[in-house]
Amino acid sequence: MLLATDWAGVAQQVVAGLSSGGTYATLAVALVLIYRATGVVNFAQGELAMFSTFVAWTLTQHGFAYWPAFVVTVLASFAGGIALERVVVRPVEGAPVLTIAIVTIGLFFVVNGVAFWIWSPEVKSMPNAFSTRPIRIAGVAFSISDLGIIGVSLLAVLLLWLFFRFTKLGLAMRAAGLNPASSRLTGIRVSWTIALGWGLATALGAVAGLMAAPTLGSFDQNFMQPVLLYAFAGAVLGGIDSALGAVIGSLALGVFLNLLGTYVSWVGTDLRQAAALAVILGVLLVRPAGLLGTAVVRRV
Amino acid sequence: MSRLLRVAAGVVLAAAAVALVLVLPHWLSDARAAEFARAGCFFIAILGLNLVTGYTGQISLGHGALMAVGAYTTAILTADHGFRDLWTIPLAGVVAMTAGFALGLPARRLSGLYLGLATFAFAVAMPAILKRFSGLTGGSQGINLFDKALNRSTGALGHVHVLGRTLATNDFLYYLTWGIGLVLAGAAWVLVRGRVGRAFRAVRDSEVAAASSGINTGLYKTLAFAISGFYAGVGGSLFVLVSNWFVGPSTFGFDKSLLLVVGAVVGGLGSLAGMALGALFIQFVPGWAGNLSNARGAPSVFFGAAIVLVMILLPGGLGGLLRKLTEPLTRRLYTRSE
Amino acid sequence: MPLLELRGVAARYGALRALRGIDLSVDQGEIVAVLGANGAGKTTTLRAISATVKTSGELVFAGERLPRRPEAVARAGIAHVPEGRGTFAQLSVDENLRLGAHVRRDRAGVKADYDRTLERFPILAARRGQAAGTLSGGEQQQLALARALMQRPRLLLLDEPSLGLAPLVVADFFAVVGELNEQEGLSVLVVEQNASLALASSERAYVLEVGRVAVAAASADLQRHESVRRSYLGY
Repeated sequence: MLLATDWAGVAQQVVAGLSSGGTYATLAVALVLIYRATGVVNFAQGELAMFSTFVAWTLTQHGFAYWPAFVVTVLASFAGGIALERVVVRPVEGAPVLTIAIVTIGLFFVVNGVAFWIWSPEVKSMPNAFSTRPIRIAGVAFSISDLGIIGVSLLAVLLLWLFFRFTKLGLAMRAAGLNPASSRLTGIRVSWTIALGWGLATALGAVAGLMAAPTLGSFDQNFMQPVLLYAFAGAVLGGIDSALGAVIGSLALGVFLNLLGTYVSWVGTDLRQAAALAVILGVLLVRPAGLLGTAVVRRV
Repeated sequence: MSRLLRVAAGVVLAAAAVALVLVLPHWLSDARAAEFARAGCFFIAILGLNLVTGYTGQISLGHGALMAVGAYTTAILTADHGFRDLWTIPLAGVVAMTAGFALGLPARRLSGLYLGLATFAFAVAMPAILKRFSGLTGGSQGINLFDKALNRSTGALGHVHVLGRTLATNDFLYYLTWGIGLVLAGAAWVLVRGRVGRAFRAVRDSEVAAASSGINTGLYKTLAFAISGFYAGVGGSLFVLVSNWFVGPSTFGFDKSLLLVVGAVVGGLGSLAGMALGALFIQFVPGWAGNLSNARGAPSVFFGAAIVLVMILLPGGLGGLLRKLTEPLTRRLYTRSE
Repeated sequence: MPLLELRGVAARYGALRALRGIDLSVDQGEIVAVLGANGAGKTTTLRAISATVKTSGELVFAGERLPRRPEAVARAGIAHVPEGRGTFAQLSVDENLRLGAHVRRDRAGVKADYDRTLERFPILAARRGQAAGTLSGGEQQQLALARALMQRPRLLLLDEPSLGLAPLVVADFFAVVGELNEQEGLSVLVVEQNASLALASSERAYVLEVGRVAVAAASADLQRHESVRRSYLGY
């Protein structure tokens, strides 16, 4: 029975799952970033990623190759994220968390609408990021694209981790997220660290969108919404305040979804989302703070 | 003396609200009345959501799905079981209340975003579940009472005879929804002032403190969800009537749940009057946005911008503004939320 | 000219007036104590200086108006160790110390100070990699002080350093502060409930009562005058 299982097929599906999980993971880390800085889940994260992707697409329509467009877009998204925070989030910085959350919902609608206004609703397609040839590893054919996406996603997250762990600014941002009051006493401009957090998150979102878009033969302005759903689910599964958890949760979710879709035929796309969420819920009931989240011990 | 004055002021305001509701249709076109009726459905659902989020401090992204439960209860009972649509309204409330209770069970273990995800999962799963059990729910086609149960759909033919008068259907629906809305708002008001309301607020402000005061926090959290389920169910049930007696799996997608949360927060959590304003906001602003410009995506942009502006200018929501304006009159009458 | 001068400073928390116009000064190289009962406004005084509460009145530091944002106050050379220490519990001791030097640009100086700090506080050196939250109360107080020192401040604000600590630990702490004051001319403004300890460790003291300065005198005088001690300090 074991020998008869198509292990090669399973391996391919796992890798494919890790690949989509990689895009969820990148977006999930963006969500965790803003969550840790402001205590809010940014509902607009996916739409911002979509917007970045469309900007990149426009560049490719004007002679840019994929990777140059990628670099320009990610940098522009970083700047855009900072600008957005200063204009839209700063005015409500001191407001209750739910208020800020609703602002991000409003932002969702605005960005989505602007994207429909600027670009036509016809589907578009993105040039490939990686070669479409398969590559054989241990005799099994894998898609270079899948491996490439996994690589880029993990690299992006790794760079971010290095930034937070080893630079002065990264440390300041971590401190500001943990204890804004004490941070100010140390001279940290907490307000600007939040802006920087938004910049980094928006840049990460751009990476996620740019990885996802080429894999969908065609995409339109709504393409990031399912990704946001899975990124949110993956982040919560991993523990909403843990970036590592977000990565692990999202990768696991990606693999689970792929295997579910491949091997359980009666689960259609609709139910797949529900199934994934149901599994996550099951995990949460056992570990209410997610896999790696810190159970908040609040002083009464 | 001032206490009497305050109570009197409160009564006057309540009477003014009732009077406004009674009189408004005279100035409304038929189409407008229908829109107001829809807003009334949202009002009822948001009243319930307010109990969960504003008073008990729990996040719910799943109230659209609770509306769906109520809506489908009404549709199924009317279409397949010979009920007159109006009598199904309380039943829809009860069924949705049970669903709300079930939704409230994970609330005991989960909090904050984790609870948000659970309710989110519920909202996302609902359309898929509705499509799957097509035998009961009519699948992707939904249920159309106009076709299946015309004689049991009150007012489907254009006029309704009630209390010796004849009303245009949309006017009737307007009165029905806002009438029920005012009654339920009154019930919520009483609830919030009593022991249960105090327990809710205790849970919201500090669960640990509440528990050490002997409050069964798990019970009250679930109770909040259950009661709000009733409200959402009634709102959903009425929504079917107001939507030309039709409901389908995509009627109450996740976007409705999100819209309800927007309505509750923009309205101003913890403010009963604010909930009416919030309902009107989510019903009418998207439409105005559409009128402002024909450009693709414009309605979305303006609606979103409106949300952002209201939150920036009025972090306490529209209800917060209302409270500030009437504060001298009703200082103690509305329960304050933080 | 005094290093720090407060003239007619008032502060409020909403409707509650915590400070009703106080006059206070700290000279270069002095240790000054602020005493008084609970609710007298001691902590608020420090918060007024570090701009963590809204104030009115004049606040002058080194001849210039003190900025009204906490980050800027830190940059101006004032280190505030708040009530409860304000250490970053989830970050390591090492990271806490590095954060202390956030406002400084001189990398060589920071490195030298870091090494000196670990020498001066060997317990922190031993627990460098540990999360600050796992340290005992006394160790955290040392960490809070060490972090403030990493800033190389001209003025150190200490809010109830003895709170929750054993007497021996507290005595050690004040001994270190005294050393820093003597050897490096660090000026200190310390708020304390433990009046006798504070008076023994400082040159001058202010006694606050309901948001105003009730008594301003040399610490030695306050210690000697029984009637003053009894009425204002309760011992």
